[in-house]
Amino acid sequence: MPDALLLEGKVAIVTGATRGIGRAIAEIFAAHGATLIINGTDASALDEAVAEIRDRHSAAVSAIAGDISIPSTASDLVRQAFSQEKRLDIFVNNAAVLIDALIGMVTDEAIERTLGVNLKGVLYGIQAAGRLMSRGGGGSIINLTSIVGRFGNAGQLAYASSKAGVIGATLSAAKELAPANVRVNAIAPGFIDTDMVRQLPPEKFEERMASIGMKRIGTPQDVANAALFLASDLSSYVTGQVLGVDGGMLI
Amino acid sequence: MLEERVRKVFVDVLSLKPDADGAGLVYNESEGWDSIGHMRLVAALEDEFDCMLDMEDILDMSSYDKAVEIMAKHA
Repeated sequence: MPDALLLEGKVAIVTGATRGIGRAIAEIFAAHGATLIINGTDASALDEAVAEIRDRHSAAVSAIAGDISIPSTASDLVRQAFSQEKRLDIFVNNAAVLIDALIGMVTDEAIERTLGVNLKGVLYGIQAAGRLMSRGGGGSIINLTSIVGRFGNAGQLAYASSKAGVIGATLSAAKELAPANVRVNAIAPGFIDTDMVRQLPPEKFEERMASIGMKRIGTPQDVANAALFLASDLSSYVTGQVLGVDGGMLI
Repeated sequence: MLEERVRKVFVDVLSLKPDADGAGLVYNESEGWDSIGHMRLVAALEDEFDCMLDMEDILDMSSYDKAVEIMAKHA
């Protein structure tokens, strides 16, 4: 357990929290005393995550399984925060899919799925969370974008579009929700060691590694630390920012 | 009783006279009931009735009478 609990008494929702970056964020939030509601599409993986996080951190954790590209999933999560805790302090829009394809071979299904989860899911999350946070006097919304959403990447037409959209949503929501003391920021990870990047062919993987200034792949923990900062009162005057967590990667 | 609770919220949020009648108030026509006023009304109604409204209800709440009808589901 950390020396100082940065999220004691706060209620947090994390989407896509069964593995990878979302899981690391859920873990660090629980370690810092937050009450958690987590989401994922795989109900049994979600049950396991709840049990593990609860045991490891003695934290209050519950879960709702559901696809975040469906509008009711975000509102169900926020409704659960309202019925359990009457408040919501932190909402992390993390759930995402990556479907690589070259231009000319990007299927309608891939476009729909990528924009549905990565962008529409974020919009639904902001809409649902923003209202309850406003009622409670403020909060922090954290949207996971990507270095690819800022600079583009060959083979990731749909993914990069969705992640660029997340930046636009972050900037707009930050302006609209600032008077209600709701902060909205984005994190733009570079090359992070998750199942998502392990899908890459070996030569692509090596190419990416070579482009990282710090010469190591990022860890989910590196990203979770940034999320902890944005979730906590340490960032109480920070809104509308896109925080790169990329080890000096050039893309 | 329900209507009186809704009326009081409208009086507070739209700064109406304390004895003002709610009937006849219409979104985007009555003074103060613009989109920002609407979100304030929604938040105040949610606080008063200790509930969370669906987006459909928020979009549907186009008049005082409609607001009473919607809040009846949460009374």
